[in-house]
Amino acid sequence: MGQTQIHTEPTPVLEVRDLTQRFGGLTAVKDFNVKLMPGELSGLIGPNGAGKTTVFNLVSGFYQPTEGQILVDGTPTAGLKPHKVTALGAARTFQNIRLWNDMTVLDNIRVAHHYQLGYGFFQAVIRSKRYQAREEQVTKEAEELLDVFDLKRHAEELPKNLPYGTQRKLEIARALSSHPKLLLLDEPAAGLNSADAKELIRLIRWIHETFDVTIWMIEHHMDVMMELCTQIKVIDFGETIAEGSAEHVRNHPAVMTAYLGDENI
Amino acid sequence: MKKYTLNMLLVVFAIGLLFAAHFRMIDGYIQIVVMTIGINIMMSTSLNLVNGNMGEFTCGHAAFMCIGAYISSILSVYCFGTHFGEPLLPAASVVIVFPIIVLIGGVVAAVSSLLVSVPSFKTRDDYLAIISIAVNYMIISAIQNIDFIGGSRGFQGMKDTVWAMIDIFDGPWMLFWVINFTIFTVWVIRRFISSTYGKGVNAICQDEVAAEIMSVNTNKIKIVNFMLAAGLAGCAGGLYAHIVGYVNPQSFNILKSTEALVMVYLGGMGSLSGAIISAIIFTGLLEVLRSQAIIDVLVSPVTFVFPDWEPSAGVIKWVMIPLLLIIVMQFRSEGIMGNRELGDVFPKLKKFYRFK
Repeated sequence: MGQTQIHTEPTPVLEVRDLTQRFGGLTAVKDFNVKLMPGELSGLIGPNGAGKTTVFNLVSGFYQPTEGQILVDGTPTAGLKPHKVTALGAARTFQNIRLWNDMTVLDNIRVAHHYQLGYGFFQAVIRSKRYQAREEQVTKEAEELLDVFDLKRHAEELPKNLPYGTQRKLEIARALSSHPKLLLLDEPAAGLNSADAKELIRLIRWIHETFDVTIWMIEHHMDVMMELCTQIKVIDFGETIAEGSAEHVRNHPAVMTAYLGDENI
Repeated sequence: MKKYTLNMLLVVFAIGLLFAAHFRMIDGYIQIVVMTIGINIMMSTSLNLVNGNMGEFTCGHAAFMCIGAYISSILSVYCFGTHFGEPLLPAASVVIVFPIIVLIGGVVAAVSSLLVSVPSFKTRDDYLAIISIAVNYMIISAIQNIDFIGGSRGFQGMKDTVWAMIDIFDGPWMLFWVINFTIFTVWVIRRFISSTYGKGVNAICQDEVAAEIMSVNTNKIKIVNFMLAAGLAGCAGGLYAHIVGYVNPQSFNILKSTEALVMVYLGGMGSLSGAIISAIIFTGLLEVLRSQAIIDVLVSPVTFVFPDWEPSAGVIKWVMIPLLLIIVMQFRSEGIMGNRELGDVFPKLKKFYRFK
């Protein structure tokens, strides 16, 4: 009986256990726990400097945690470089857009296939059969992705010449090109006006349904969060202060204190 | 067929050049200039991989040329020369063994590039520039202190290999090898850079953090890129040693590295065709400015005012060329080609070539 239970329970896409990160004397994240099941769309909020981006940086492998464990799709990421973590299935975007601005939009998507290229330097130089097949396949996939994201007409343009909202969209498309199981979005609505933010909500929901991907996002726009996320976690000064549904979190006293200040002072 | 026009022209030009050299239609001086152009193309295109495409700033490229030159010289003297005793190989095998010797020099230079590429995991910009200068000095000093290859007196005996080739067939052998290796260099770089794998290099240049997170193994790509650049510079060094027939550690000092840097910045960062064009212009200028008559005309306004001053071409040359660099940087800071290729500037040209 016990065994069947283990088999029926799917592996969490992301599992974080007792994560603590200290920078010198500062504890940026303390005893952080999270478990994301396949297909979830959940959020992480908190005031400025609460440690949200640090959590993302830990998950994507930029920092090695001081304590605790991170498992992406069941595999511990301890000691792995960020590109290996991405290969395990965790892609991310950045708060400030980080596209390769002097490469065409198509190349941006193609280069993001790097870990699945399957050929090395010598095959690239002698243009082996494998190289040609893989290159063709990658270009085809990239074009398809641009097509579904309605970016195909920009394929030969440089990202720096695109409007801000389109750059956001391209960054998300680029993250998806590595076929992730988990997509980490770091403030995707930052710098967007309310019309663009609405468009973004539609986009994220559509991605969630179409690409069979678990999404975990940081966001400051509460309306975006409330509308999208089933589960929200609130952190402040590195500690988890509340979690639950959007409605639950909105009315939680600790959250109100964190955002609006303590009324007793 | 039209696609290959440029490649065909290149082959016809190369064969024409070899024929002209063989039948003494062009003299030894022109041949030396053409070979220098070839070697400079190899140096500037390979340095362009690191300084242009990857956006790192290294200024010790001559160190790898030095390693390539010495390794292939030693091998060539061991195999065909008499300096270290009886030749190891029969003189008849020279035509096959010579390119292998040059390539081995390149491979050793490529391995030595780890001295720069491993530190580049953690540092970049100015700090990496300092490391690369340090590596340049380190390698020169090390070779200066190895006595059995001549130390600071230099090393010679490679001409035996060239004579062995001439014994087999009396032709312009070194010109032949330089042309082949130059085409090989441009071909390898072009293919590497235009593949998705090689575009990881550009991704590192434009945003290293994004490259790492988008699954580019940045450390590995850095090593590969540095190795390719250093290896090709090593091949250039091997050829240079056999053309001159004499190597001295001091001919690969920081001045030589600077020459390569000047060519890259003159041509435009990250532009392969720019690096080739600037190597041709730069070598041409160096030769033209050797002429005392031309220098006299160029400085005539100054000598008119100060009639006592008698500038010599050898000195003024090194005033003119840096001045040219200053002018280019001031008025066209992106270099001759910017980061574009010839095909981007003249789209019609694209119909006539296919490197991929």
